[in-house]
Amino acid sequence: MKKILAALLFSLLPLAAFAQDEGVPLQHTNINLSNTASLQRGAKFFVNYCMGCHSARYVRYNRVGKDLGLTDVQLESYLMPAGGKVSDTMVSAMPQADAKKWFGIPPPDLSLEADSRGTDWIYTYLKSFYLDPKSTTGVNNVVFPHTAMPQVLWELQGTQKAIFTIVRNPDGSAYEVFNRFEPVTPGKLTPEQFDRADRDITNFLAYMSDPIALKSRDLGLRVIGFLIIFFVFAYLLKREIWKKIH
Amino acid sequence: MSEEIDQSKRHFLTVATVVVGSVGVVMAAVPFVSSMEPSARAKSLGGPVDIDVSKIESGGLVKAKWRLKPVWVVQRAPAVLAGLPKNDSFLRDPGSDQTQQPPYCKNAWRSIKPELLVIVPICTHLGCIPLYRPEPGDPNISASWPGGFFCPCHGSKYDLAARVFQNVPAPLNLPVPVHRYLSDKVLRIGENPVGSHSSWTSPEVW
Amino acid sequence: MSQDAKKRDYLDVTGGWLHTLRGWIDARFPMSKLWNEQVAQYYAPKNFNFWYFFGSIALLILVNQIVTGIFLAMNYQPSATEAFASVQYIMRDVNWGWLIRYMHSVGASLFFVVVYLHMLRGVIYGSYKKPRELLWIFGMLIYVALMGEAFMGYLLPWGQMSYWGAQVITSLFGAVPGIGNGLEQWIRGDYAVSGITLNRFFALHVVALPLVLVGLVLFHLIALHEVGSNNPDGVEIKKHKGPDGIPLDGIPFHPYYTIKDIVGVTVFLAIFAAIIFFSPGLHGLFLEPANFEPANPLKTPVDIRPLWYFGPFYAILRSIPNKLLGISSMGLAIVILFLLPWIDRNPVKSIRYRGPLYRVLVFVFAITFIILGYIGLQPATPFWAQIGQRMEELYFLFFVVSWIYTRPRSWVFLALAFLAVMAVITAFDWLGWDAAIAHLKIYSWLIPGIYSMIFLLLPAFFSKLVEPLPVPERVTWK
Repeated sequence: MKKILAALLFSLLPLAAFAQDEGVPLQHTNINLSNTASLQRGAKFFVNYCMGCHSARYVRYNRVGKDLGLTDVQLESYLMPAGGKVSDTMVSAMPQADAKKWFGIPPPDLSLEADSRGTDWIYTYLKSFYLDPKSTTGVNNVVFPHTAMPQVLWELQGTQKAIFTIVRNPDGSAYEVFNRFEPVTPGKLTPEQFDRADRDITNFLAYMSDPIALKSRDLGLRVIGFLIIFFVFAYLLKREIWKKIH
Repeated sequence: MSEEIDQSKRHFLTVATVVVGSVGVVMAAVPFVSSMEPSARAKSLGGPVDIDVSKIESGGLVKAKWRLKPVWVVQRAPAVLAGLPKNDSFLRDPGSDQTQQPPYCKNAWRSIKPELLVIVPICTHLGCIPLYRPEPGDPNISASWPGGFFCPCHGSKYDLAARVFQNVPAPLNLPVPVHRYLSDKVLRIGENPVGSHSSWTSPEVW
Repeated sequence: MSQDAKKRDYLDVTGGWLHTLRGWIDARFPMSKLWNEQVAQYYAPKNFNFWYFFGSIALLILVNQIVTGIFLAMNYQPSATEAFASVQYIMRDVNWGWLIRYMHSVGASLFFVVVYLHMLRGVIYGSYKKPRELLWIFGMLIYVALMGEAFMGYLLPWGQMSYWGAQVITSLFGAVPGIGNGLEQWIRGDYAVSGITLNRFFALHVVALPLVLVGLVLFHLIALHEVGSNNPDGVEIKKHKGPDGIPLDGIPFHPYYTIKDIVGVTVFLAIFAAIIFFSPGLHGLFLEPANFEPANPLKTPVDIRPLWYFGPFYAILRSIPNKLLGISSMGLAIVILFLLPWIDRNPVKSIRYRGPLYRVLVFVFAITFIILGYIGLQPATPFWAQIGQRMEELYFLFFVVSWIYTRPRSWVFLALAFLAVMAVITAFDWLGWDAAIAHLKIYSWLIPGIYSMIFLLLPAFFSKLVEPLPVPERVTWK
């Protein structure tokens, strides 16, 4: 019976895989939350490129400083706008009403972006802008078609165009499937350097989503270690007390 | 039933389990107790406050709010400063020996700059906010009034260095918050002067 | 070993002034009496196994949820504009707030894991049977209250999934004929789920339902201590008492089961800690990605799905392409569990003595429930709806077969039952015929078909498969 059930379950698996909808495959980021240098670079990119429009309104500068090993003076000189307090949250200077007027929708808060979208999505999204004259921003994105966001990192990445292949349905109608990017103008960074910058930004967003993740693992090991010690005593006592039950 | 119970082993294991278990319970309680301390937001809101002191006239008073408490800055005339020692014999704590001010304000005028007095005007008796009555001989108080702070609730009196007089209910001088001067014009409440390593923040016991 | 020796074995740590204090209290409040009656002289069967840990663990989680809940409520703001931000405030600004919140959110999921295992234990060893029917009913009421508690609690973070989950579930009430729309609005207190709904759910989640839960747990325990615990052999230990009136196979709950449960609880805590500290979201299973976005009444997330513990019932709801019928079958799936003591009336309690086929039946039931849970979390495609329908059929067939297994049946009865079951299932397929998934319908028809063949047709020819084994008089012990 178990075998029949197993067979039944396995016969369902390919169908389950088929049920997934297809899209542009996301590239794996391979971020590392314990790479502090990467997080520091990511924070710098975030402040310079993202925070023009986006906020991370649940994140405090001094918390970032504490977790990323930056002093208050470093925070003030590298990350913060002039005149702020280190205990302020990371709020963009752009008024929400203006943002809504310019982009159609207010740029979303990015405090939890990595948790809601996933890091692979962010990483792939940031490098998937391509020139599209039909768009008001001049660019489009294969991960998030018709995104309202302009290509903020064009200076670093350069520009690229997307090549689509035309696929014909049996009934004669056709649709486009993304094939590859071709560079148009080079950016300040080589593609490898840009990938690293992209990964740093993604890493920092992942850190912001769950700032306790790193520390909680250390603490978790200690808690479980303590429970193991307690288990030994409790188990021995249990055996001792139960010795006479036959 | 062949085995005999080894009471000492059993006792040891019981005590060990109870002790380790209790340690665990206490450690588990730490986060809960700690969570009731001021949060990062409360601390941020309770962060330093800057006050422009360049426009206070002689005898004038500027009010600010720091950590949900009032802070007053009083500009004292040289004559007032000169008159302060005359009050000494009528005061409870003329030398500011009680820790009601950071060490850098433990001096005759209880301030960093002699003319600028910075205080948290909360009466040390029962927490009312005293009135600023700088004119000597104020008819509503007494003819011998040298000028200072008068608490209308229970009649406590302080001189213009916020030192408490004898024979009033209040036990202590008015507290001086930690503060420093960013420049000649800007006073920052809530930070010690550069180089001062005082751990004293401000009296929180009223 | 004599009963006296058993009593002497207690760890007596009192003495001196403590002894005096105890006397003082006992003269005024039945402290020692309560302790003795409910713990130190509550005689439990000595043959409890792994499955018997989950009751104590469930109680521990209830305490965990109440304590962490109190501390969360100190910092949470139940308003549409503040709720989402206040959760982030707890996660980032409050000292250790992240730990307290993860203890609460992971605790909620593990509560269901433990309760499901606890319920399965009851099914495996027939713990719902006479004289424990009320004990089972109280347990089921706890389970239903817990579902309400979890559902309302899930709205509080005010994320996208919170909002739309509440929107979907409250709209179920709209299916009630006649008064549906009015009822729906009455529950929400608004034309859609809003801050008003959030406020009332908060009140129910932190005050009303916890009170109900604690009360029901108390009733559950009182009933348990009145009738005594069942055990893996399903024999009543009270039938064989020593001269002192103490069951021969009973041992006092304290110290034997207190220390044993402490060991079990420690293992549980290690698993709990591993999830909290290493993967509190458990890959979207305990915390869903869509819930990291604030609630937006104008935009539905791509896949609305409940948290995993509602998955089985959500799958049952969704598998039937008719709102009222779907809701009714979901309700029936829960109600039928209440009736289990009167459906399965086989005098043999434990699965150990009910023959090989009954073991397979219970195992398949557990697997069915898990598959339904999995389907409840999948996107709403025709494929999953159809498989969900088949699993739903297996879910209800478990109760049909349980009723049939109540006593020995003739081969004619079993064969007729098989034909009747297949006729009903085929009739449902006929009524809900959909040419677009004809193949799927026909092939998946084999699922209830094979199931009925195994559990109804097979025992018609091999009656040994369902014949009860001799039940021992006393509990068996290694």
